[in-house]
Amino acid sequence: MKSLTFWVNDKKQTLDVEAGEMLSDVLRYRLGLTGTKISCGESECGACTVLVEGEPVLSCNYPVFKAGGKHVTTIEGLAQGDVLHPLQEAFIKNGAVQCGFCTPGQIMTAAALLNSKPDPTDEDIEYALNDTLCRCGTYPAIVNAIHAASDMINHDKPIEFPSYEFGGGLDVVGQVVARPEARQKTTGEAIYTDDIFFPEMLFGSTLRAGIPHGRLIKLDSSKAKKLPGVQAVLTAEDIPGRVNHGLITQDWPALVGVGEKVRYVGDAVVIVAADTLEIAQKALTLIDLEYEPLPVVTNPVDAKGDDSSLVHEEGNLLKHIKVNKGDIKLGFEQAEIIFEDTYYTPSYEHAFMEPECSIARPIDDGGFEVYVGSQIPYADRDQVAAALDLPLEKVRVRGPLIGGGFGGKEDIAGQIHAAMLAQVTGKPVKILYDRQESMLVHPKRHATQIRVKLGLKRDGTLTAAQTELYGDTGAYASLGAKVMGRATTHSTGPYIVPNVKIDCYAMYTNNPPSGAFRGFGALQAAFAIECLMDKVAEELELDPVELRRMNALRTGATTNTGQHLTESVGLLECIDQTQVEMLKFTGGEDPFLSREVEGEPNKRRSWGFAVTFKNTGLGEGAPDNATAEIELLKDGSVEIRISSAEIGQGLVTVLQMITAQELGLPLDKVNVYLSDTDLTPDGGPTTGSRQTYISGNAAKYAAVTLKNAMLASLAEKFNLSPVEIEFKDGIIHVNDQKLSFAEVGELMKGEGRNPKLKYEYVSPKTTPLGEKGDKHFAYSFAAQAVEVEVDLVTGEVRVVRAVGATDVGKAINPLGLQGQVEGGLIMGIGHALTEEFIVENGEIFTDSLSRYRMPSIKHVPEDIKVIIVEDPTTEGPYGGKGVGEISTMPVPPAIVNAVYNACGIRLNRVPIDQDWLALELEKTTR
Amino acid sequence: MSLFQEYVQPDTIEEAVENLTNAPGSVAVIAGGTDLLLEIRQGRHQAVDRVVDVSGISEMQEVTLEENFIYLGAGVTHKQIISNPLLQEHAQCVVEGCGLIGGPQVRNVATIGGNVSHALPAGDGTISLLALDTEVCIASPDGVRWQPLIDIYAGPGKVTFDRKQELIVGFRFPAKGPREGSAFHRVMRPQGVAIAILNMAGWVKLDENGDLEDVRLACGPAGPKPFRAAKTEKYLTGKSWDDDVYQKASEILAQEVSLRTSAHRATKEYRHKLLPVLLQKVLDSAVERAKL
Repeated sequence: MKSLTFWVNDKKQTLDVEAGEMLSDVLRYRLGLTGTKISCGESECGACTVLVEGEPVLSCNYPVFKAGGKHVTTIEGLAQGDVLHPLQEAFIKNGAVQCGFCTPGQIMTAAALLNSKPDPTDEDIEYALNDTLCRCGTYPAIVNAIHAASDMINHDKPIEFPSYEFGGGLDVVGQVVARPEARQKTTGEAIYTDDIFFPEMLFGSTLRAGIPHGRLIKLDSSKAKKLPGVQAVLTAEDIPGRVNHGLITQDWPALVGVGEKVRYVGDAVVIVAADTLEIAQKALTLIDLEYEPLPVVTNPVDAKGDDSSLVHEEGNLLKHIKVNKGDIKLGFEQAEIIFEDTYYTPSYEHAFMEPECSIARPIDDGGFEVYVGSQIPYADRDQVAAALDLPLEKVRVRGPLIGGGFGGKEDIAGQIHAAMLAQVTGKPVKILYDRQESMLVHPKRHATQIRVKLGLKRDGTLTAAQTELYGDTGAYASLGAKVMGRATTHSTGPYIVPNVKIDCYAMYTNNPPSGAFRGFGALQAAFAIECLMDKVAEELELDPVELRRMNALRTGATTNTGQHLTESVGLLECIDQTQVEMLKFTGGEDPFLSREVEGEPNKRRSWGFAVTFKNTGLGEGAPDNATAEIELLKDGSVEIRISSAEIGQGLVTVLQMITAQELGLPLDKVNVYLSDTDLTPDGGPTTGSRQTYISGNAAKYAAVTLKNAMLASLAEKFNLSPVEIEFKDGIIHVNDQKLSFAEVGELMKGEGRNPKLKYEYVSPKTTPLGEKGDKHFAYSFAAQAVEVEVDLVTGEVRVVRAVGATDVGKAINPLGLQGQVEGGLIMGIGHALTEEFIVENGEIFTDSLSRYRMPSIKHVPEDIKVIIVEDPTTEGPYGGKGVGEISTMPVPPAIVNAVYNACGIRLNRVPIDQDWLALELEKTTR
Repeated sequence: MSLFQEYVQPDTIEEAVENLTNAPGSVAVIAGGTDLLLEIRQGRHQAVDRVVDVSGISEMQEVTLEENFIYLGAGVTHKQIISNPLLQEHAQCVVEGCGLIGGPQVRNVATIGGNVSHALPAGDGTISLLALDTEVCIASPDGVRWQPLIDIYAGPGKVTFDRKQELIVGFRFPAKGPREGSAFHRVMRPQGVAIAILNMAGWVKLDENGDLEDVRLACGPAGPKPFRAAKTEKYLTGKSWDDDVYQKASEILAQEVSLRTSAHRATKEYRHKLLPVLLQKVLDSAVERAKL
């Protein structure tokens, strides 16, 4: 320990610190300044950025002694009292805040930029923010926000909300509003799980298998148990209840015991709780393990082979999913031309900015609170209770803010382990994954191999589609069967195809498990069909847009599962509008021609096009419900409670807007309380683009029910018909009298009516594949055009412009919608150009963010045009349907198609390998 | 995990050398710490007992114009390099190379000395300094010595000086004369680690007629060590920078480098394809600048 004096946010601090401490450690854990976030721990992401003497540095890799005698500014020091810094206000109003985990780092980096360049250009911003990553993809909004803040600082120009061509129509719903939690996300007050501390809290750490497949034959933890400071060392034998967890199939052991198999490198074998994280990690190194290695199953095609090693004793097939429509033989007989090709998509990593963290805390009734940023709080409760052999009511899952999910926070991570350690030690236990462990453990996107065969008439009409899909679900089921189910039904595209045959094999391997990830199988399917459709268009000498238009699903059409679409099929409008905007950029010229670039003789540009669709909600027979509780509080405000996750997508805003809309309340009179299994009813999983629709409807009808109860009391008291009572701007107008919500609440209580009630919303019925009936109750649609630039010599590819239209039914929260669509686009660019989760023989190569590159601000196209089509669905709230996933889906095939149009090389896989592309280009020019 | 047990911040070079030589266990020099601390954290480098932070040594922070050369302290950060007027004039390729590294957070702390002593075959700072015929100043218990920068490399991550008792304190290279110019360029892979697939720096001196009077060329990774393309330099000397010369120089360069395939980064064939692309870009702009 050595004494260190420095200034933090102008306050002098003198502390005794350890030699190895980083500035971020001291800020977060000693000074409680938890606004500084740790995301990667390896100088890749910029989330931990603070200013030292006005210059931005990465505090997670900045030895604290370097700060001696210096002035450090953190996000907490930016606002002047209650007055926000212009950057903070501009970030809020421009929608530059989604999950919020990167926001402090973005703002601090931007603040440093404005200090040195008060009026930065777009290029200055791109250069300054190059290494400050945002997985939600808020970069376009960040650029707008920095300009707005600069205008405010330099020219006193007030910071305003942007306006959009979509939305509107109602008092609240459809209006541009700030997300309610945006302020705390820009000031550093926002609390994520790792920002929570309890007295006497212990730190947990997990020993992982480290080999992809083998039988554990020896485990000796005696040395670890003796290490001073270690409070518990637990193995599979110590699991009190159910050993396996899993959202649908319980096949994933919380800990692998002696005599059992490890099935992937990330399998947990031993967990330790200790007084400090360092001691816990040290303890892990003292544990002796011995394995009997087993042959590694590395890909789903091999996994299906007769001679494959078995990942699970029951066989490697998780599910064979089939779809049959019409007569496939006849369909191909009717075809005048047949096309066939095979496409490959890799595994992808969610790379949410906030690594997983769980805290379990014993409470007086013998139960536990589990704090975790989870996409499915009730599933966590059930799985923790089962593992600990406790009644459900003894486990309370509480959700702090969540720094991104994208599907990667649906499964169990450290929840069970933290609870086991808390149970044994009687103390709170925190398990925080570092980036490497996060990348090692949670399920990824399924790598797929998809063969598509299409039969068409010469005029371009589809007569038959046959697809065969292999999905790598990795070592455990997770949501693999559902994901590949969605890949199956989306594999023939959003097209009218009379004859269909699909076979999909979701296979176990010894790779990390695959599960939910934005697009949920449908993304992989879209890549295959949309690449082949472009090839078809070329061979048939049809315009690729026209080919899609001819075959597009429309009202009155029938899907490949036999679902008759009766409404809300905005695909044609998406295609039309995207084409119109694309042609504006080309000045009416054929966008799909290869064009030279002035002054760049080696470069070519062209556009590419793709369309897609995505179901809203769980579908295929899964019950899809949400219950919202609503309460009119004493102060006249209303609280809406539901266990659904805000992962950055804007659910809090949507629920607040809907509730305010229905009750005629100002937004700030509605508080949204999410994710607390004791106090908020189940909103179901945050998956499948379902929350706006399902929880939105639950909130809407809860508000309506509350309003009706209020009306009943008022009508009775004033002897009026309810239609004569008006709710507006937070006031209830009864005859000439104005009543406040608080007064009506009192009135109800006086009558013995509790102004607190619940509403359970149950979605329209869907049926499983193979049964008659609708598979899904709503679909969203999208068209995407991108212009790329290809360097014919180096193979480098960049996206220059992007135009996309998405049919969302109704734009409820335009600011959030714009950001989510832009962010989805940017993730799609990442999938096409920068990202690939590489596993070799079961070992992970891309084990850190330095090896897994998500798009940065420099990957953002010069122009992005977001078009929102609002083709309402009757049952959706105000006509709304899902949008969370679809915006990413058409982007990779649109880019690959554009690359072909620019340079004449077709790719059957992503990400685009510039090395391969350059060498292919060389062959063609020889 | 604690990356080190002891953190010392010497004020002078002598003190730093002493901190190294009297270290009880393993010891390492850091300035920005951006490379070493990460490597320890990622398990690619052993944890060290003592870290000697040299960023407080004022001699190592200087950039000065001496009689006919530029002195560049090893502790100068990338940020300082790209905004330094002397270097902008005399070391264009270094400014370009350092400007491409990281974001502002990394450039604010990462130093040129750190880049050089990391000894990666394709360090952007290293390659650009090599094109300037840089000499390096190394401090040891016996005092300081100057030697050509190229001589300190022994292999990937390996140096010829003794890291346990010696450290790099600064660099010097000739000040830019009339009709001289330099440039740096690199190609990155969009996936994976932020290390150039191939980078190149070039320096030229033109004669009165605009022909190449003298040329220096460095690139990486073109072998286990940062590479000076001596044969290509020799060929180019006295030539006029035109298409034919470019073609021939590309051939010579392709023969003298040793390019290889590295998994998940680049194939040997692709690197060979990039070689003439970089040669053209680098020498085009260096010649252009020399004419100004």
